[in-house]
Amino acid sequence: MELLSFGDTGWGDELFFATLMTIAVSIAAMAIGFVFALVFTPLKLSKNKTLNVIGNCYTTIIRGVPELLVIYLLFFGGTGAVMYVASIFGYDGYIEINAFVTGALAIGIISGAYSTEVFRGAILSIDKGQFEASQVLGIKKSIQFYKVILPQMLRLSIPNLSNVWQITLKDTSLISVTGLVEIMRQSYIAAGSTRDPLFFYSVAAVLYLVLTFLSMKIINKLEVRFNKGY
Amino acid sequence: MISVFPSLLNGTVITLKLLISSMFFGLLIGLFFAILRINNNPLINKFAYGYSYFFRGTPLLVQLYLIYYGLANIEFLRNSFLWVVIREPYWCAIIAFSLNTGAYTSEILRSAFQTIKEGYIEAAQSLGVSKKITFYKIQIPIAIKQSLPAYGNEIILMLKGTSLASVITIMDLMGEARKVNVLTFKPFEAFITAGIIYLFLTFIIHNIVKYLEKKYGFQT
Repeated sequence: MELLSFGDTGWGDELFFATLMTIAVSIAAMAIGFVFALVFTPLKLSKNKTLNVIGNCYTTIIRGVPELLVIYLLFFGGTGAVMYVASIFGYDGYIEINAFVTGALAIGIISGAYSTEVFRGAILSIDKGQFEASQVLGIKKSIQFYKVILPQMLRLSIPNLSNVWQITLKDTSLISVTGLVEIMRQSYIAAGSTRDPLFFYSVAAVLYLVLTFLSMKIINKLEVRFNKGY
Repeated sequence: MISVFPSLLNGTVITLKLLISSMFFGLLIGLFFAILRINNNPLINKFAYGYSYFFRGTPLLVQLYLIYYGLANIEFLRNSFLWVVIREPYWCAIIAFSLNTGAYTSEILRSAFQTIKEGYIEAAQSLGVSKKITFYKIQIPIAIKQSLPAYGNEIILMLKGTSLASVITIMDLMGEARKVNVLTFKPFEAFITAGIIYLFLTFIIHNIVKYLEKKYGFQT
C-alpha cells in the first residue's frame, strides 16, 4: 500500500493524474470520432455511388485493420507528413506533434468508424413517416436533418454508443506505446522502477474496471433521461 | 513496396498461428464459462460473471502485461513446471488472448443458450431424451449455430488483437512492420502494406463465416 501513497515516495498521485489523462484522451477521441461520424454517416447513406464508396471504405478499412496500426501510422508517418506540408510553405525546421494530439486523433479515427455504423443503424431505424412528415411541412433538407433526424438519431444510438465508449476507453491503453503518460504508461514506468509489475498492472486493471463501471452507471442514467418522453 | 513483402509474410504466418491457437483455446474456455453462467447456483454463476466482467472491462494490453511481466513476479510460479510456459512471450500471448476471447465467447454463447426456444427442450423431454443428451445433442449445436454471426465478429476482433503480441517482442505481422519501419524509415510503406494484409485476412474470415452461416445457420 505504501507504493500507492501520494507524494514523493508513492505512485498514487502519478497514477491519479494518469487516470485523468486517460479520461481526457478518451473524451477527446470520442469527440473527434463524433465529427468523423457526422461527416461519414451521410456519405454512407447517400444515393450517390462515389460518396457511398468513400463512406464504406472508411468504415471497412478502419474496422478491418488493428488499432495499433492506425496509431503507428499516425505517430511515425504523421510527423513526416506535417513536415512535408510545412516544407511546401517554406518551413524546413523539425516539427514534433504532441503525443496527446496524435493519440486522440488516432483513437478518434477508430471510434469514428464505429460511431458511423451506430448512427447509420439509428437513422435507418427512424420511422419513414418522420422524413415524409417533415417534407410535407416544407422543411428544408438541412434543417430536417438538424431538427428532426439528429435528435432522434442520438436517442436511438445511446445504447450502442455506450459500447463504442467502452471500446474507445480500452483503446486508449494502446497510445501508451507512443509515450503519452496515461494509466498504462504510468504503470509501465512504475513497474520498471519498483520491479513490481504484478502489483502495478493489477492496479491498472482495477483503474480501468472502475472507469468502465462508472461510465456504465452514467450512461444508464443518460439513457433513462433521454427516454423520458417514450 | 515489394521488397518488404517476404518478411511481412513470415509475420503473417505467426499472426495466423497466434489467432488459430487462441481461438481454439478461447472457444473451449468460452463454452466452459457459458455453461457455468447458465448454472442455477449463484456462487458458480457469480464466479463466471466476474471472469467475463474482468476480461471485458480491462484492455487486452493490461491483461497481456499482467501475464507476461506480472506472473514472472510470483516466486512460486517461477519454481514450478509452469515457468517453462510463462517465460516464453509466445505462450504468454496465447494465454492472454485465449482468456480474453474466452470471456467474449462465453457471453456470446450464454445469450445463445438463453434464447433457445423452450419448445426444443420440452420436445426432447417428452420423447424421453435424457438431460445430458439434450444438452450435448440439442442445446449446444443450436447455440453454436445461433452465435455464428457474433462469433465471426469476435474472430475479426481477435485478429486485430493479435497485433498486440508485437509489444512483447513477438515478430508477428505487426512486429515485422515495425522492424521494417525502424530499418528503412519508411513508415507508410511498412504499415500500409501490413494494413493491406490485415484487411485481406479480415476479408477472408468474413467470407468464411458468411459461407458457414449460409450453410449451417438458421434460415429465419
